[in-house]
Amino acid sequence: MVEKKVKKEQVPRAKMPEQAPDVRNKNFMEVPLGLTPEMARTEASRCLQCKNPACVDGCPVSVDIPGFINKIAEGDFEGAAKKLWERNALPAICGRVCPQEIQCEGRCIIGKKGSSVAIGYLERFAADYAREKGSVELPGVAEKTGKKVAIIGSGPSGLTVAGDLVVKGHDVTIFEAFHQTGGVLVYGIPEFRLPKEIVASEVSTLEKLGVKIETNSVVGATVTIDELFQEGYDAVYVGVGAGLPRFMNLPGENLIGVFSANEYLTRTNLMKAYRFPEYDTPVARGKNVVVLGAGNVAMDAARTAMRLGAESVKVVYRRSRAEMPARAEELHHAEEEGIEFILLTNPVQFFGDEKGRLCGMECLKMELGEPDASGRRRPVAIQGSEYTIECDLVVVSVGAQPNPLLTNATPEISLNRWGNIVAHPVTGKTTKKGVWAGGDIVTGMATVILAMGAGREAANSIHDYLSIGW
Amino acid sequence: MFKIVNREEMAQGTIVLNEIEAPRIARKAKPGQFVILQANEKGERIPLTMADVDPEKGTITIIYMIVGKSTSLFGKMQVGEEYFAVIGPLGKATHIEKRGKVVCVGGGTGIAVLHPITRGLKEAGNEVITILGSRNKDLLILEDKMSKVSDTLHICTDDGSRGHHGFVTDVLKDVLEKEDIRLVVAIGPVPMMKFVSKITKEKGVETLVSLNPIMVDGTGMCGGCRVSVGGKTQFACVDGPEFDGHEVDYDELSKRLQAYHEDEKISMDQCRQNL
Repeated sequence: MVEKKVKKEQVPRAKMPEQAPDVRNKNFMEVPLGLTPEMARTEASRCLQCKNPACVDGCPVSVDIPGFINKIAEGDFEGAAKKLWERNALPAICGRVCPQEIQCEGRCIIGKKGSSVAIGYLERFAADYAREKGSVELPGVAEKTGKKVAIIGSGPSGLTVAGDLVVKGHDVTIFEAFHQTGGVLVYGIPEFRLPKEIVASEVSTLEKLGVKIETNSVVGATVTIDELFQEGYDAVYVGVGAGLPRFMNLPGENLIGVFSANEYLTRTNLMKAYRFPEYDTPVARGKNVVVLGAGNVAMDAARTAMRLGAESVKVVYRRSRAEMPARAEELHHAEEEGIEFILLTNPVQFFGDEKGRLCGMECLKMELGEPDASGRRRPVAIQGSEYTIECDLVVVSVGAQPNPLLTNATPEISLNRWGNIVAHPVTGKTTKKGVWAGGDIVTGMATVILAMGAGREAANSIHDYLSIGW
Repeated sequence: MFKIVNREEMAQGTIVLNEIEAPRIARKAKPGQFVILQANEKGERIPLTMADVDPEKGTITIIYMIVGKSTSLFGKMQVGEEYFAVIGPLGKATHIEKRGKVVCVGGGTGIAVLHPITRGLKEAGNEVITILGSRNKDLLILEDKMSKVSDTLHICTDDGSRGHHGFVTDVLKDVLEKEDIRLVVAIGPVPMMKFVSKITKEKGVETLVSLNPIMVDGTGMCGGCRVSVGGKTQFACVDGPEFDGHEVDYDELSKRLQAYHEDEKISMDQCRQNL
């Protein structure tokens, strides 16, 4: 036993094959290329198959991680995908965008001494293998219950709820405001990090299971929640995300060339402006680009700007490297691609030319003071440290707040003081009977997997309601 | 979905009317609200304020001038063809109430947007004085319809080919001198709204304008449509599209409307080559 353990630790963690940084920063193709079957089996063999797996505790949807890894080790890749699907309707997506280092991989026992098992790579491998083979059978669907569920928003939490409830026999319809399904997975996360073909494939699986999708439907405007109940829906799940971009209210913020990350990414990803003029929607192509903020969205914007032909891309962040909230892999990829991090620096104002176009940004240097409410050391301005960065494009990526469009039209749904929906922390029940909510509209901006976790809990609660009662 | 059931050309084919099947939107839409349209999957999302709705028939009507690639694509579609996407109704509806004497000022395709608001004001019991402007008599649209919902109708053309030879502001000044006007609604090109607001501000007459900045989603998500109103940033899609005309920063709006000028030229050239 001891001998076996030692052997496992000696096998080094798989290294993901990737497009070279100076090649990929000029195209929109996916950066990691995926493990080969041999690499996957070797990596899977590193797993200790713990009796009480800590990795599973670290997963918001409790995937049977040792179970699916064991299947890979045995060479049964389709069996591995099936295992994943038992708990996770979107494994090809999670394998790519989950912050594994603070979830499953962060808890991995062999990670305590050496490198954790590359659970994310393996999840991605199994899901991709099954999708490319087209061989995985659909899960069984229970007998029809005759109950109708409306899901508002087709992002990760909405898709999870849809998948969970349709297999339980309910009649599920997703309402999506955009013309395309996927929410943040299609408008926000870029092609080079999550190919849209994968999202389309996951959505098409749900459709094959019987989920109906109504695009171009802005619930709150096109139709209200009360009207959905009148139309015969028995339950409603609200998963509309963190919709409104936050700006910094600095002088010059309305100059041409200052964009929200939402606009910059939506134009590029959803509207495919990176293929302009083949696609009609344009996007500003900056020469000297500044991205404000240091989360995953900021990294997506910075790496997009590089691919759209920028000469320089700077991420300007008011705290230090240690506080940057993006996934470790995103920071690493961004730096490899030539993006500069300008830390402990905060914007003060933007300068424009006579045509109202951005030409520069004044900044102030910061130092770290006492910890604030978030536990992170508060950045404090250094007086007299102002200087100007020349730039023709600024992407403001300092977070988003809830979109009031739906909640204004549904006053019975209580909100907290930030405008997020108040939902029961476990079940996701809102203050309006028959209505659940989950994901960013409840928590504020978080991750795909947390939204999916909330969706899973809400789906269980909705199923109980439809079977037993509120 | 979104089938064109009626199509008319106006102003020598430069302006096109489409009546489109969109039952859910037609059931909810109110004067002043807009929709976002997309001609095909590769098309741009274009916001247009609705000119009319027929809830029983389940249709909405838009009227647009052909100015770039997207409106060219819209204009080419014939009865029976379908828009790829129509989303709405978006934005806040016009607050319509009885105020007394009101003036409705319209220019270009802004007249199409002004029509349902004017009709609403008339039905609410207001005395409506309408002033319409265009470059020449052939480019003037909806004169008959506007006449039906107005107590008095003034026409102005830049070249003097119809009505008053000059701008709508000339007539407006005159009306404001003679009458006790409680509200002015001005919808048209940005310079027109700017100068109307300048005059009414001097006279202290409340003024509503409807703005049409560049948008992507139309639901508050992108922030591309931000306008400065009273020194504060507002999103035209969810806070508007109507605003207090005296408080809008029209110069900033004009500049922001030029943001994609170069790209629009590339698109239009490509579109012409394909035609």
